[in-house]
Amino acid sequence: MTNGVRAVDHEYGEHDPILPAPVDPALDQAPIAQETRLAMYQLQEEIRQVEKELHRLFLEGLVQGTSHLYLGMEATATAFGTALRPDDYTFATYRGHGHTLARGVPMKGVFGEMLGRSSGILGGKGGSMHLTSVEHGMLGSYAIIGAHLTIANGAAWSAKYRGTDQVAVAFFGDGTTNIGAFHEALNFAVVYDLPVIFVCENNLYMEYTAIGDITAVPNPAADRAAAYGLERIIVDGNDADAVYLEASRAIEKARAGGGPSLIESLTYRHGGHSRADPGKYRPQEEIDAWMERDPIATYHQRLLRLGVDEGTLTGISTDVARRVEEAVEHAKASPRPSLEASHTNVYADGGARWRN
Amino acid sequence: MAELSYRDAVARGIAQEMERDERVFLIGEDVAGAGGVFKATVGLLDQFGPGRVVDTPISEQAILGAAMGAAMTGLRPIAEIMFSDFFAVCWDIVVNEIAKARYMTDGQVDVPLVIRSANGGGARFGAQHSQSVENWAMAIPGLKVVAPSTPEDVIGLMAASVRDEDPVLFFEHKTLYSHKGEVPDGEIVDELGKAKVVRKGTDATIVALAMMVPRALEAAERLAEDGISAEVIDVRSLIPLDTATILGSVAKTSRLYTVEENPRVLGWGAEIASIVADEAFWDLDAPVRRITTPHIPLPSSAPLEDDTIPSVERIHREVKESMD
Repeated sequence: MTNGVRAVDHEYGEHDPILPAPVDPALDQAPIAQETRLAMYQLQEEIRQVEKELHRLFLEGLVQGTSHLYLGMEATATAFGTALRPDDYTFATYRGHGHTLARGVPMKGVFGEMLGRSSGILGGKGGSMHLTSVEHGMLGSYAIIGAHLTIANGAAWSAKYRGTDQVAVAFFGDGTTNIGAFHEALNFAVVYDLPVIFVCENNLYMEYTAIGDITAVPNPAADRAAAYGLERIIVDGNDADAVYLEASRAIEKARAGGGPSLIESLTYRHGGHSRADPGKYRPQEEIDAWMERDPIATYHQRLLRLGVDEGTLTGISTDVARRVEEAVEHAKASPRPSLEASHTNVYADGGARWRN
Repeated sequence: MAELSYRDAVARGIAQEMERDERVFLIGEDVAGAGGVFKATVGLLDQFGPGRVVDTPISEQAILGAAMGAAMTGLRPIAEIMFSDFFAVCWDIVVNEIAKARYMTDGQVDVPLVIRSANGGGARFGAQHSQSVENWAMAIPGLKVVAPSTPEDVIGLMAASVRDEDPVLFFEHKTLYSHKGEVPDGEIVDELGKAKVVRKGTDATIVALAMMVPRALEAAERLAEDGISAEVIDVRSLIPLDTATILGSVAKTSRLYTVEENPRVLGWGAEIASIVADEAFWDLDAPVRRITTPHIPLPSSAPLEDDTIPSVERIHREVKESMD
């Protein structure tokens, strides 16, 4: 008798902790303008405070459904959002609040959507997992794993076809690397030399399971790059400067006709997979070590070392807090959508009519 | 006016739209160099070049995802899914992404694309290359669903589909590719959501789609010999559905028959039967009768396949018996 097929030799949740790399001291000297760094500090603060507020609003019952928070992972969306041009395209997952804010989408519309109000950027019809703002280049948050990598290819195809130098970026989690669409999309992007960047935000857990327990290779994205003739790129996803440098390089390459890139950004979520998950399957030592390497704390320290005074940073945080509060109040004061809204925008004529 | 095959009509319809609009391009497996496994896209590569007529890997999700992303950003893709059975491997992109993008974003996103696919049986290809899946597509809000039965309709409905702002699933019938028909010269542009009365009659309404249309017409000829005047309606477009034409005909004939190649359970005719029961019950002199493929996968062997898909004989027999 065997005891069946098992992936790993340890009990669930009792794997060895995976610890973050130390901060790279050389990044203090990275050629990034002070102004850009302050903008990235502010953006990370915005995402952090919006997510914390959303969590609080869940507990109050004002946000319903599910939600996948980006707490602890803010550096990646921030750095890409900062490095992209306004006419570039972003494709995110259901963990896409940060990527949406990073494209400059106003908080009011985001909170409105999260509270299911008519002031939401999707009129209350999309919700947490589908944040989209075409006018900001935020071409959507996609909630079926893998799909949007193929769709980002299409936007990149279109840019190339139309002769623009726009690029498309698709963000996704480590779990996505094990679905077919990931592999279809990578092959496709390379075959047609598309200006697209695939960014795997590896937070070490595919929902409730350690990614290493169910993946054939240790680095789920980077170790697959060679199969598609792509460079193996791993970046410290908890350091906005590290991501910014890598993002800029990949964007420039794609814009210049150099084709796609695949970047694995190592990071960690503060909480569980979604609202329902306390994340208890993670070793405490691991959680503690990653909390120490929190991207905003890391960035705060760097800015102080670079001569920014504490008061400036506090001022940024205070200003963000005020804007978050205003946006929440705006959402709370906004009406719920009229019931007719359910029947609009199914088809291009604005309605839902399927027969005469 | 010239005689054209249904297969050549596909290429002509696509060419007509590609000539007119530079945003239109064609992608799919073997569509370019090989001219399509059904030879329905022959000549397009030569005419429009490799930048607009593009062979892809066997990656149905990647094909449709690329079409969607391109459509969202200003282009008008025509994507081919070689056999409609293969929709099962990319149904996520069709159902969760393409069909819902406009709705979920409250109208921010347009997805004007056409997905062509060879649908239906009669070619002895067996259960994984013969299905009629138009009813899968019809069940998804946000999609439009078209299935032409003649070469002229192929061109006109292709044009209407490419020019439509919504995503259209365009089902070509693989057994009709060799069928020929008269086609006018010059540009042909039809309209989605218009059924066509292809034979006038007074005693019974037979509603059919794609390959079932020529079979229904032939059955109607035989019924005429029996003294039964059958009106035959080619539905052409399942979404939008031209119920006015169907209800109008039933009001006149008082009898409704649907002839469906899709398997029986929840086939498109069930929706039509339901609408007629709701809205024209008092017009009816007899129960609505659905003539369909049974609720089985399609067998390969010729006598078995011929026994499952509604034949001229079966349509004739079922209508005649029920009217005796």
